Amino acid sequence: MTIHLSPSYLSPGVSGHTALPARAGISLKPEHFRAIVETRPDVGFFEVHAENYLVDGGPYHHYLRRIRDDYPLSVHGVGMNIGGECELDIGHLERVARLLERYQPESFSEHLAWSSHGGVFLNDLLPLAYDQATLDRVCDHIDQVQNRLKRRILLENPSTYVEFEQATMTETDFIAAVIARSGCGLLLDVNNIYVTCTNHHLDPQAYLQSLPATSVGEIHLAGFAREQDAAGAPLLIDSHDAPVAEAVWTLYQTALEHCGAVPTLIERDGNIPPLPVLHAEAKQAEKLLQAQTENHA
Amino acid sequence: MNQQSDFTAALFDPNTSVSAALKTWNGSDPARRFDVYRNNVLSALIEALADTFPVTQQLVGKRFFRAMARAFAGAHPPRSPVMSDYGDAFPAFIERFSPAGSVPYLADVARLEYFRVRAYHAPDADPLDAKALASHLADSERLPMLRASLHPSATLLQSRFAAISIWAAHQGNGELAHIDIRQPEQALVIRPALAVDVVPLDSGSWHFAAALQRGENLGAALESVTATVARFDPVASLGRLIQAGLITSLQPAPECQR
Repeated sequence: MTIHLSPSYLSPGVSGHTALPARAGISLKPEHFRAIVETRPDVGFFEVHAENYLVDGGPYHHYLRRIRDDYPLSVHGVGMNIGGECELDIGHLERVARLLERYQPESFSEHLAWSSHGGVFLNDLLPLAYDQATLDRVCDHIDQVQNRLKRRILLENPSTYVEFEQATMTETDFIAAVIARSGCGLLLDVNNIYVTCTNHHLDPQAYLQSLPATSVGEIHLAGFAREQDAAGAPLLIDSHDAPVAEAVWTLYQTALEHCGAVPTLIERDGNIPPLPVLHAEAKQAEKLLQAQTENHA
Repeated sequence: MNQQSDFTAALFDPNTSVSAALKTWNGSDPARRFDVYRNNVLSALIEALADTFPVTQQLVGKRFFRAMARAFAGAHPPRSPVMSDYGDAFPAFIERFSPAGSVPYLADVARLEYFRVRAYHAPDADPLDAKALASHLADSERLPMLRASLHPSATLLQSRFAAISIWAAHQGNGELAHIDIRQPEQALVIRPALAVDVVPLDSGSWHFAAALQRGENLGAALESVTATVARFDPVASLGRLIQAGLITSLQPAPECQR
């Protein structure tokens, strides 16, 4: 008889699935480095894309060091290629491991997607066919990442524009199975839920309810762009270049009722507004977080 | 089935389709939805190049630049998720891109812009401080034997055209109309602290820095410049390079290489 022992980092600690505070954070953008260092805004945490900081030196590390000394930090990967058919890029995993050793972030997250193939980096989060082979592959890759990083990672639900004929499970069943098997947590991207459910004619409330609430370690909120598919049906694009939409704020309230007060990021990658504008959105999220905490007290 | 191979090929080739593997809730043509990915991938690569090469874009206009960047992205997609490295092959691509042939200095302006981004993210190092420098200069007998370690962010750029003046004019320094584009120019691109500097160099200073970069000691470097450049002021050149932060340390060369 063999006894399977889970590594200690997969046992939920007192802080559950993340060490980030149950507050609102914002994406850290180079445009705001100086303003943050000079004005020290009361922001719950900052989040950076890992790949932007896989450089040797210069202003990015200069400012991240100073900002990290004052704030909790989340590192969010966009290039690990968790869903890739190819083997993981070990060199990339090592570089990310060194970045995490250097900054000791409270959280590390990645995407349920693929982004590289055959040595080419496609710089986008591409969709997966939800079947058994994909599930096995994704879980193997998450095991490999968690073993090397010696920490539980959070996996983000995707925005998608197509579905695959070969899929044998729903996205939410797939995500639940990945979490159950790999022990990773969930980065619940509420904007992605709204985008994906609109694009595939699903009920976002039902989608949300079918995800494991206790695994959620962080929430993302962002803006989207509107287009149409070939039949004129709405096709939403996960653009991260606009304020959070009203419908996403509404869905966020449901998410908080579902998962409790969870660290929440205002995500912005394009049309970057001045820091106070992003901070105002973070404060709006924080109000809802506080209300959620008080309701439960 | 190697689905991601087909998907990847279709992202870059508008004549290839993966629609047969896709479905949509309303039975609409999945090709329109696949185009979102195609557009995301290409426009993100073009935007990344536009961020790294802003003056190159200004010189040829947005439309031309986007077409050139699209051709480059298809032929040279990124090989690494670290996008700050992307575009190292773009200047050489521009040089061979025949529609840009009428702008002969374009590739060198692009080189300058790429070196600036590389310097921005290069390892940090402190340039030689005044005290250490003074003690080296006081020992005139030993001075020619010293070898320089150069700043890790430093790149030397040489152009057959006035690429540096053209770039500088787009930063508000100098008038484009006053530039003789056939005038060869040299520069040092370096980030001694947090900001990247583009330091125009005379031919002598450039050759002197290039000799130091090859690992020649100060004495040998002076000799090789004097042999190739007619008018050369070694004291002024060394002063200029040190002031720019090029030298991080001066040390005796290993015995066997003196």
